[in-house]
Amino acid sequence: MTSRLTRRQRRRVSQGIQYAVFVAALVVVGLLADWDRLQNQFAQKDLASELFPAIITTALRNTVVYTVSGFVFGLVLGLVIALMRLSSVAPYRWVAGVYIEIFRGLPALLIFIFVGVAVPLAFPGTEIPGGTYGKVALGLGLVAAAYMAETIRAGIQAVPKGQMEAARSLGFSHARAMVSVIIPQAFRIVIPPLTNELVLLFKDSSLVLFLGVTLEERELTKFGRDLASQTANSTPILVAGLCYLLVTVPLSFVVRRLEARADRAR
Amino acid sequence: MPVGSQSSGSGNSGIMDSTDRPEIEIRGLHKSFGDNHVLRGIDLDIARGEVVCVIGPSGSGKSTLLRCVNLLEEPTAGQVFVGGTEVTDLDVDIDAVRRRIGMVFQQFNLFPHISVTENLTLPQRRVLRRNKAKAGEVARRNLERVGLSDKADAFPSQLSGGQQQRVAIARALSMGPEVMLFDEPTSALDPELVGDVLAVMRQLAAEGMTMMVVTHEMSFAREVADRVVFMDDGVIVEEGPAERVVGDPQHERTRNFLMRILDPAAAEQPGETGSEGPAKEL
Repeated sequence: MTSRLTRRQRRRVSQGIQYAVFVAALVVVGLLADWDRLQNQFAQKDLASELFPAIITTALRNTVVYTVSGFVFGLVLGLVIALMRLSSVAPYRWVAGVYIEIFRGLPALLIFIFVGVAVPLAFPGTEIPGGTYGKVALGLGLVAAAYMAETIRAGIQAVPKGQMEAARSLGFSHARAMVSVIIPQAFRIVIPPLTNELVLLFKDSSLVLFLGVTLEERELTKFGRDLASQTANSTPILVAGLCYLLVTVPLSFVVRRLEARADRAR
Repeated sequence: MPVGSQSSGSGNSGIMDSTDRPEIEIRGLHKSFGDNHVLRGIDLDIARGEVVCVIGPSGSGKSTLLRCVNLLEEPTAGQVFVGGTEVTDLDVDIDAVRRRIGMVFQQFNLFPHISVTENLTLPQRRVLRRNKAKAGEVARRNLERVGLSDKADAFPSQLSGGQQQRVAIARALSMGPEVMLFDEPTSALDPELVGDVLAVMRQLAAEGMTMMVVTHEMSFAREVADRVVFMDDGVIVEEGPAERVVGDPQHERTRNFLMRILDPAAAEQPGETGSEGPAKEL
């Protein structure tokens, strides 16, 4: 019988069925869910409003500070490792390769625990400068550097060979050509993937949860969890989640735009 | 690891008096890429103010020869002198030598992330340590020289290929070179854009610049070059005044090459009919 349908009719039937399933699912969820309970647990308005302004001025601010400091540290270290990876001196290449494999192969949480717990245990008295902020920058940066190094290396190699030849034939030394000509171009190539890395770091900053921080040093996740247990209500976690999305969704949008632009330029 | 130079003479050859020496001297130059022996013993002198065009089929080694002059390729054996300085000497400051040698590439190789003016000023400032005003002044003068003063603030991607190549020439000239090397400067250009670039090169030649030009532009070679060098298979087959090498080649290989390049349609015929053309020596 179906074989008698025209292609247009068949397409219409198929679409109709898909919409029907979708609406049915919505109806089922709407009828079965305990909306009062959900609202009470996740979206209490007065509880949510009590979170402000601290969730912005302290928690979101700290998340941003941790992320940015980790990103900057990771970027500098990543650039150094990328250049080592491209070095003509073999031991530099080995060291960089080993670093990248190790730090990409370990869970970020383990590195955080290493920085926050293992190092102070092993070397009592050693202080990582900057206190918690320093520790977080170090933990995030060490991980980020491994990923960024590979990104930056690929970016440098994507700059056409003729650019280095042109610079060298103008009398630039290799190092000066790298700094003045190659790296600026490489960075334009890697801006989209680096922005992606920024989004990842923004989320990974939640690992601060495991470091043991003071009230003023709490970031979004710890802040949300602490208040959730204080109030025996999940609303703070939901609000904290929304705060993350407030940053990550626009950033992802920017990345897509940058990637589209880079594709067009190619 | 290639041997940098096989200096047969004494170590002080690099500081010989340069007044009566050729601007470029190439002695017994060999270059191999692995098993591929690209240059098989090249000897060539280019006098100050002389324009020499290097022609030959692709793969003949002419670009490699040019790139050995400013050491973008390191020769496997032999010596190169520019302005009396031995380029191939491992102890020579190659960056300092390269400042005196301008190079123009087939693919222009402008720096795409900065404006035309900055393309001209950046090397002056970073390499020659000129201040901003001086570098800008030199840039302006050289852009005017290639007829692109109105493009000073444009970015390379906004220019046609011919304009980019003229900017590349202006960039090289801004360093005040004594010698200019051209590596197939018009090969990547649309035919209608070739003329502007050749005009700039012609003017440069008229001003007395020492030029070594790898090219397929036979009319340019004939008209501008003092001497034409025909290379094939890593050796210089024939060299002499442009009129003679292009107009009345002595060697079979030169004749075949010129026939193919000047009249591709005619050159294909003997290949197809098989017997009509002169016997091949190769």
